[in-house]
Amino acid sequence: MVSIFSLPRIRRSLPFPPRPDPEMPAPQCASCNKARAALRRPRSGQALCGTCFCAAFEAEVLHTVVAGRLLPPGAVVAVGASGGKDSTVLAHVLRELAPRLGISLRLVAVDEGIGGYRDAALAAVRRQAARWELPLTVVAYADLFGGWTMDAVARSTAGSGRSRSCCTFCGVLRRRALEEGARLVGATHVVTGHNADDMAETVLMNFLRGDAGRLARGGGLGSPGEGGALPRCRPLQLASQKEVVLYAHFRRLDYFSEECVYAPEAFRGHARDLLKRLEAARPSAVLDLVHSAERLALAPAARPPPPGACARCGALASRALCQACALLDGLNRGRPRLAIGKGRRGLDEDGPPREAEPEPSGPPASEPVPAF
Amino acid sequence: MGVSCELGFLNMAAPLSVEVEFGGGAELLFDGVKKHQVTLPGQEEPWDIRNLLVWIKKNLLKERPELFIQGDSVRPGILVLINDADWELLGELDYQLQDQDSILFISTLHGG
Repeated sequence: MVSIFSLPRIRRSLPFPPRPDPEMPAPQCASCNKARAALRRPRSGQALCGTCFCAAFEAEVLHTVVAGRLLPPGAVVAVGASGGKDSTVLAHVLRELAPRLGISLRLVAVDEGIGGYRDAALAAVRRQAARWELPLTVVAYADLFGGWTMDAVARSTAGSGRSRSCCTFCGVLRRRALEEGARLVGATHVVTGHNADDMAETVLMNFLRGDAGRLARGGGLGSPGEGGALPRCRPLQLASQKEVVLYAHFRRLDYFSEECVYAPEAFRGHARDLLKRLEAARPSAVLDLVHSAERLALAPAARPPPPGACARCGALASRALCQACALLDGLNRGRPRLAIGKGRRGLDEDGPPREAEPEPSGPPASEPVPAF
Repeated sequence: MGVSCELGFLNMAAPLSVEVEFGGGAELLFDGVKKHQVTLPGQEEPWDIRNLLVWIKKNLLKERPELFIQGDSVRPGILVLINDADWELLGELDYQLQDQDSILFISTLHGG
């Protein structure tokens, strides 16, 4: 009897693939037709063996980078490395693709100063750097931000009613730290490991917050580097979380997977749960949402005003200070505050007020939580 | 492989020896222990993933069960591999366990 699963089929339009018979072994790989399939791809429903899947995954990242002209030949690419699954897979895949792309890689890890958590993660990054023979540079919040570690920030915000927003504070500072680290190693481009699920969560959160400015900016595969910032991109943006994790599994990659000691961003958790339920009913929901954001265009009246430059560091800012400088300023004055979307007040009394919209250079609240 | 047939007349499935493994951060709910060699007692019904999950919840899960199990299945975002193959190819909860199977649960929900 011929298994129906041995026939190549595209299930792109079928939200409910037929359930396999529990008595039957896994079907054959739809690509090589030799090995037993090891997974069903979330987007297409295609069943592939581990080897064919990893090859397809790498080819798709290559296509994302080439088609989007994200990393030109000769680029020196700083990979934001956290030791977690996404940045581990990103670094591994780019290392495989580097000769074909004509790029060179530098790992940049950020030490946020989170006792008992970041040390173990950095150890994982060091192991990766050694195994893959990639240069690694670690930049620390404490060195970059006048002694502020994330532990100190958390203590400072504990009584201020902002203790739940550790992730948001950390996101702003990490973005800045990665930029500084990338400049330090002479990088021309910065890449981060955000995957499709991260991006879809962000789109959903921005919708739910009514944050049109971020929604419109969140599309695309990265930013071209406005206001003197290095160009940034997310080569895994079209890869689902499931596939990132399975790629790491089949390639036997060693990554760090402990929860940060600070409470994760609660709102993102709700967005994630909702997305998981949507995905169960419609496997393409995640990617569809990412594409939706890409195609979105704001009506002229809804567009945020063009950004200016931060009075302190020169980065793009929609107010007098960019978010990182405003945050550090607040911390140093003992009034830790941060603008998240609307309702930002009291941060920059001494500067010319612009529209209370967050600046394009730093999307912390809507930046996915995963470190890189 | 396969259930011992000598016991067939008792209308009982023989005990199964299977390897249960947790990864990607899921092990944190199991005292940080990744690999568990377990023996599932003989029972009338054949063992499937559905009742393996009940067994795991009762015998292995140490904390915050809602982070691992939701309803009668795993929490969305936890991948299940049966002998290194995606359970979606094998009937998911209805897959019938064989002696010496290895079942791997990987969380995709931890860090990045």
